Amino acid sequence: MLLEVKDLRVEFPTRRGVLTALNGVSFSIAPGEVLGVVGESGAGKSMTGAAIIGLLEPPGRIAGGEIRLEGERIDNLPYEKMRRIRGKRIGAIFQDPLTTLNPLYTVGRQLVETMQAHLPLSDAEARQRAIGWLEQVGIPAAAQRIDAYPHQFSGGMRQRVVIALALCAEPQLIVADEPTTALDVSIQAQIIALLKRLAREQRTAIMLVTHDMGVIAETADRVAVMYAGRIIEIGPVRQVVRHAQHPYTAGLMASIPPLDRRVERLAQIDGAMPRLNAIPPGCPFSPRCPEVFERCRVARPELMPAGATDAACWLHDQPGAPA
Amino acid sequence: MVAFVISRLLQALPVLLAVALISFALFTFVGDPVAAMLSQDASAADRTALVHLLGLDQPWYVQFGKFVGNAVQGEFGLSYRLSRPVSTLIAERAPATLELAFCAAAMTLCIGVPLGIFTGIYKDSWVSRLLLTISLVGVSLPIFVLGMLLILVFAVNLGWLPSFGRGETVQIGWWSTGLLTASGLKALILPAITLAVFQLTLITRLVRAEMLEVLRTDYIKFARARGLTNRSINFGHALKNTLVPVITIAGLQLGGIIAFAIVTETVFQWPGMGFLFIQSVGAADIPVMAAYLLLIALVFVVINLAVDLLYYLVDPRLRAKR
Ligand SMILES: Nc1ncnc2c1ncn2[C@@H]1O[C@H](COP(=O)(O)OP(=O)(O)OP(=O)(O)O)[C@@H](O)[C@H]1O
Ligand code: SF4
Ligand SMILES: [Mg+2]
Repeated sequence: MLLEVKDLRVEFPTRRGVLTALNGVSFSIAPGEVLGVVGESGAGKSMTGAAIIGLLEPPGRIAGGEIRLEGERIDNLPYEKMRRIRGKRIGAIFQDPLTTLNPLYTVGRQLVETMQAHLPLSDAEARQRAIGWLEQVGIPAAAQRIDAYPHQFSGGMRQRVVIALALCAEPQLIVADEPTTALDVSIQAQIIALLKRLAREQRTAIMLVTHDMGVIAETADRVAVMYAGRIIEIGPVRQVVRHAQHPYTAGLMASIPPLDRRVERLAQIDGAMPRLNAIPPGCPFSPRCPEVFERCRVARPELMPAGATDAACWLHDQPGAPA
Repeated sequence: MVAFVISRLLQALPVLLAVALISFALFTFVGDPVAAMLSQDASAADRTALVHLLGLDQPWYVQFGKFVGNAVQGEFGLSYRLSRPVSTLIAERAPATLELAFCAAAMTLCIGVPLGIFTGIYKDSWVSRLLLTISLVGVSLPIFVLGMLLILVFAVNLGWLPSFGRGETVQIGWWSTGLLTASGLKALILPAITLAVFQLTLITRLVRAEMLEVLRTDYIKFARARGLTNRSINFGHALKNTLVPVITIAGLQLGGIIAFAIVTETVFQWPGMGFLFIQSVGAADIPVMAAYLLLIALVFVVINLAVDLLYYLVDPRLRAKR
């Protein structure tokens, strides 16, 4: 496995007690694999990505569990060691390309500094490669555009630059947090196609956070569904989309229109996700679940095999297994 | 670029004219120069003659036109108090004020900016908290109180530094400098500190606030996610982005330092323009006051222009696109 997350717990100490933003999150990503991550706003998708690249915002902290990259623990590394991993082995793409590039540096300079932070390249070599990367991500006239500033690019072009920045030190994994949400609908598909193509060429794995089930269906190999700081279902994309095992996932999928049309946001299931300080005992989804029964309100289900996926739902508890 | 400078200068003209009008109005509304210049027993005819000689019988706009015309040539007439040309008086006093102001400004920037960066980056360390608490004192202590305290401690009690004056000066052309003699440098220390402390604390707090703001931005997070070193993030990406607002304030502060030198110069009897101004106010010496006001306005205009040019250098978004 390239990335293994085991029992990850992220806490935020606040004045009114400790908030647990992620609780018992476990999953893994194989080399070159695309893992889609979906879930309502506030489910903990971005938090998971931030924990993996080691950039949780203080006072947020990893309070338990472990994160391994090629078997080596990276959740407890000192800052400088983790810095060498960021960009070099795990890249990141953020949501809004208008704000992720430094407005005062040319795109070329940002590419060059990123590569030189990780690779032993001379200025001339780095510049040459930077032009190459801009060409790779489809910036026309890259040799001239390399000296342009971010504000001289359109939103879509800037996200291409961001992708080049994320890939330029050739990481094995990219955490892409809603990479197209801020973009014009007409260019979202191009950006996703670009990301997918480059990742395949470089054999880069992607953790792709998105609200767009269409993108997930087309791009991801596996999907993780998050709810209230937990993964409640994870499995191969076709299985999760067509044969969801968790009632929450089923609700999500039922609301997807046919594949040839895209939805902006996941359709609503009645009720709202509980706030972090008010997660009910037992199954966190129980107040909204159409199939809720006694046990759901008292005992919390962990991920368990359910059909071709893993789901955290008592409906799938095998008779005889320990409760 | 040249067009930009010219357009900015044109925009500054109304400001300068307004200040000129105020200075000019001083002549009309404060005091009566004719009465001041005539002897007690002058006749009405003498008075009319003098009024005519001074051009005071002409409509105000003609007088104002003349005033502006003269001012442009640096001509402000004679000081009522000292009976010497105002331009000469100001030229004599300007070096003292400018040397004091630039020393204070240099202290402000060389100490204030690094402190601001430090307290911004290490916002939770106890050193930062201590510095911020001290800076609160600096902001709230009136300048003259600080000046007196420094005099009391270093001049009166310890006797290390002089409490007034400029020390020995050396003449270089028309410029008299105190920077080349030991006594001149010693005399500069206390006034410069007094003048710098307020601005220094202000700039520290400003740089810190800007730093905190910038460190929260997405592009700084992304720079971290790209694995850049702390050094290049803090001192490259973050610092450069704090520069635009900091340049603005630093520019205004430099103007403020020159203008506020009045208080410091009075406390230390520093023979600069501010001290001259206060003495002139005491004696209702209108020509000197008018010239000083215009000069300060001009200083602010020039600084504003310099600030705009610096923006231009720092921020590519402001550079005109063809
Ligand atoms: N600084 C913080 N202090 C306390 N709680 C926080 C803080 N930042 C985030 N949270 C909480 O952590 C939870 C997870 O947030 P996260 O940003 O990961 O959600 P998300 O799934 O990415 O949602 P979205 O789709 O809106 O991006 C949210 O409930 C949020 O309220
Ligand atoms: S455990 Fe119970 S409440 Fe939770 S999803 Fe399954 S059936 Fe619904
Ligand atoms: Mg998010």
